[in-house]
Amino acid sequence: MNQTNPALAQPAHNKRKNNDGIDWQRVQRWVGTALVYVLMTTLALIFMIPLLWMLSTSLKTRPEIFAWPPEWVPAVPQWGNYADAFNSYPLGRFMANSMILVIGNTIGELVSVPLIAYAFARLRFPGKSILFVLMLSPMMIPGHIRLIPLYSAYLRLDMVGTYWPLILPSFFGNPFFIFLMVQYMRTIPRDLDEAARIDGAGTWTILYRIILPLCIPALTIIVVFTFLWTWNDFLQPLIYLSDFETYPISVGLAFFQGRYSVEWNMFMAATLISILPILVLYFFAQKQLIGGLSTLGLKG
Amino acid sequence: MLSTWRAMNPMARREALEGYTALIPWVIGFLIFTTFPIIMSIYLSFTEWTIIEPPTWIGLANYERMFTRDPLFWQSLKVTLLFVAFSLPLKLVLGLMLALLLNIKVPGMNFFRTVFYLPAVISGVAVALMWMWLLQPDTGVANTLLAAIGIQGPNWFWDRDWALPSVALMSIWKVGGSAIIYLAGLQNIPPHLYEAAKIDGANRWHSFWGITLPLLTPTLFFQLLIELIDSFKVFTEAFVITQGGPLKATYFYLYYFYEEGFRNFNMGYASGLALVLVVIIILITVFLNFTSKRWVYYESD
Repeated sequence: MNQTNPALAQPAHNKRKNNDGIDWQRVQRWVGTALVYVLMTTLALIFMIPLLWMLSTSLKTRPEIFAWPPEWVPAVPQWGNYADAFNSYPLGRFMANSMILVIGNTIGELVSVPLIAYAFARLRFPGKSILFVLMLSPMMIPGHIRLIPLYSAYLRLDMVGTYWPLILPSFFGNPFFIFLMVQYMRTIPRDLDEAARIDGAGTWTILYRIILPLCIPALTIIVVFTFLWTWNDFLQPLIYLSDFETYPISVGLAFFQGRYSVEWNMFMAATLISILPILVLYFFAQKQLIGGLSTLGLKG
Repeated sequence: MLSTWRAMNPMARREALEGYTALIPWVIGFLIFTTFPIIMSIYLSFTEWTIIEPPTWIGLANYERMFTRDPLFWQSLKVTLLFVAFSLPLKLVLGLMLALLLNIKVPGMNFFRTVFYLPAVISGVAVALMWMWLLQPDTGVANTLLAAIGIQGPNWFWDRDWALPSVALMSIWKVGGSAIIYLAGLQNIPPHLYEAAKIDGANRWHSFWGITLPLLTPTLFFQLLIELIDSFKVFTEAFVITQGGPLKATYFYLYYFYEEGFRNFNMGYASGLALVLVVIIILITVFLNFTSKRWVYYESD
């Protein structure tokens, strides 16, 4: 292999081939790559320590979690801690509540976003550019200014304590998703619309029969983000919900703390359970997720 | 607008009408969830309102209290700004360094990208609880490890001087979130620039300062803006771990807003707090935009 490496491909001054036939250029590259891997693996381990320690704690007995010196791998993994966490606290209930919110928000975004984005991406009408800027403007305003007026409005509508305040807004389209969708729809060739129009298809048929099926990647991003944001949302359910039975997992877990804070093994098991859906989703959708983030440069 | 309408043929008019129809949900949402709350907030900030009785107009009294005789307002601003001073430079620099590492072209880098980004997607509550356990003064793993090398660890969240740095440390764990944005910026830099520099005899160090950093300034600018705004939104850590303590050392602005609005139900005063927050953020944005002309590189220059 070394011999076939053509000198032509390398500028002459880069090639430092010794008499003994060792390709030092290649050695240098190998060492460089190895160093990169060592460095990245070390850093990755440091970053994962908190999560790994959480996992380790969740599998220990009570004496073990306070043992000195600390053991990374418990003698006998206490899977029972997970069962205990489920039994002593309504984790299943909280997660089901979160799931209801996720489903509600997902339906909302999927109904509203494509329709709104289609208007901005494809249809021509006076005032479009101004409306587009207006549509994006809420992304620049901190959402917290809305909390009190909306709370008072929901109070009047007798919706405080229900899931409506946490689901309703999604039916009017999230600006980030609309932007993402508009960008995506613009990449679809207009010839497809024109051809369909010549065949007699109307505007809405074109949207739902032609454009939307081609937007599956963008729709996936919307579903993934909606899941993440809804599952992780804390402040809003905290404000709107007061009945323990209705808490989503974020709020439920925060209140878990006060009651069982000594039993860290069980508590860490509960915390891990609470992020399990996120971890699973993340590992399946990380490519779309990170791609979607880079599109607009937004963070999670 | 009306004259444009007259000039349009029936086909174009029909298309425009369909466009407006598709926008109906957005228009309704914009009025209900953006316009109404902003106007209502401005009005409420001039009132005293405790939910039970209708709001009563008190003019500028809320703002007068806020600026002249509310130590908690100033404390929460101080905490938030200190947090920015602690965490923002670290996050910007470490995020960039991590992104530079992740940008090295070796096989399997996507795996590391996935690992480093992971902390950014986990819920704030779970992360807060996890750090609470790691940083327990007597039994936490951090202090156990420190003790092993002869260092007496601090009381972290439960020490007045260490609480805020502890929250900053937590936020740095999520630096992968920034790194991903930098990475997108890095990957947008045309490779031919580096090749040209190499031919001119520049080494990697020169290339970084001469090409990478200048071309990355738009991303840096964006990051600076987002991180600053995000610093004003710290809430979960304060609520879950410290309840703003000890001795109000982690009394973040948004936490104060929450306590005033949704614990004490001083909705008028809390509206004022929210409005001041918006004004601060607008001022920061305008100021940064103003300075950006000096240091942000734009393609057209």
